[in-house]
Amino acid sequence: MLAAQLILDQGIHVEGINFYTGFCVEGHTHAIRKKDRNKAKRNDALWVAEQLGIKLHIIDVIEEYKAVLLNPKHGYGANMNPCLDCKCFMVKKAQEWMAENDFDFIITGEVLGQRPMSQRRDTMQIVVRDTDPHERLLRPLCAQRLTETVPETEGWVDRKRLLGLTGRSRKPQIKLAENYGFNDYSQPAGGCCFLTDKAYSSKLIDMWTARNDRNYELDDIMLLKVGRHLRPKPHFKLIVGREEGENRFLEGYRKQFTYLRPTSHAGALALLDGTAQNKDEIELAARLCARFSQGKQAAIVSIAVKELGKEEYTLDVSPLKANDIPEDWYL
Amino acid sequence: MNRETFDLKGLICPLPVIRTQNKIKTLNSGDILVVLCSDPGALHDIPAWCRIHGHEIIDSQNKEGEITLTIKVVH
Ligand code: SF4
Repeated sequence: MLAAQLILDQGIHVEGINFYTGFCVEGHTHAIRKKDRNKAKRNDALWVAEQLGIKLHIIDVIEEYKAVLLNPKHGYGANMNPCLDCKCFMVKKAQEWMAENDFDFIITGEVLGQRPMSQRRDTMQIVVRDTDPHERLLRPLCAQRLTETVPETEGWVDRKRLLGLTGRSRKPQIKLAENYGFNDYSQPAGGCCFLTDKAYSSKLIDMWTARNDRNYELDDIMLLKVGRHLRPKPHFKLIVGREEGENRFLEGYRKQFTYLRPTSHAGALALLDGTAQNKDEIELAARLCARFSQGKQAAIVSIAVKELGKEEYTLDVSPLKANDIPEDWYL
Repeated sequence: MNRETFDLKGLICPLPVIRTQNKIKTLNSGDILVVLCSDPGALHDIPAWCRIHGHEIIDSQNKEGEITLTIKVVH
């Protein structure tokens, strides 16, 4: 936001690009979880664009991003976040967009040394080396500490009016934002996607391990954001809604999964991802589903089971007790 | 002037915005696009996207979670 404003201040036409990988944090979570529904339902990128008075283009890169996540040349960060490859990928996509739409250079809001991995001088140079042979990637917030780029040498932008911010403190940016009158200035201090989240990453790894295949579809990665995930057997797991919003979201998947829901007591819908191989395994799933219903203390809970391609039937089961559920079932 | 209905129900933000954006690129100025969606986020995001691109929201309805946005394309 600040980087764009610095360039706008120089009378340069700026438009925003926002890439949607499927792992982006905002958007989905508030749409899914009812408790988050009262929060402002804004898309931050759109909000920023509107504050700046610039156009914003949101680009779906779900398919292309798979290659970045599955085979990152520079490896992963603390979790499954391939930040460096991700940045290279996004800069490359931005360059394509720049060429197609007759723009002259790209700006990003990075600050030298702000993030431990992806904003060190050497890693920022890697992004340049891997993506920017024509030196058209400008970082206005720290440009004065980096090698000059074409927009500066050509005099399209005045380097003196760019900044030389460094370090982890975000105070200078907050001050700058105040000077500009951006009163609701909020930039994520951590990651901008679920891949930086430990719990999410371990669910992703579990899914790949269980399927023995690292490919994924958008539905797969969306479902990892929702509900409790428990894996009682290597070949199946249950996804249990934690509240009404999640249940509604999971209901949208009833045609694709075997699902279970309590009928004698109030309780959540559970999707069975994978295959239960026999009646005992279905019963185990039903007992788990009962555990997360309001009948968890009852002797018997009726669970409606709808296996894919079969008629719905009811199982009367005794709910699993808390200590019947090994810790490592929880993903 | 054409009028088209675009069903984006079941998609979660920002996909309804992305699909609407890409659809509008193929339409002419003055065309009307009626977007149907179910994610409440779209009620905010699609109008925000339209405002910054200069398209007009001429009607916006939310009936029990069924959202209908009527957009007049302005290129
Ligand atoms: S945190 Fe940001 S840079 Fe890192 S992988 Fe996610 S989107 Fe990419």
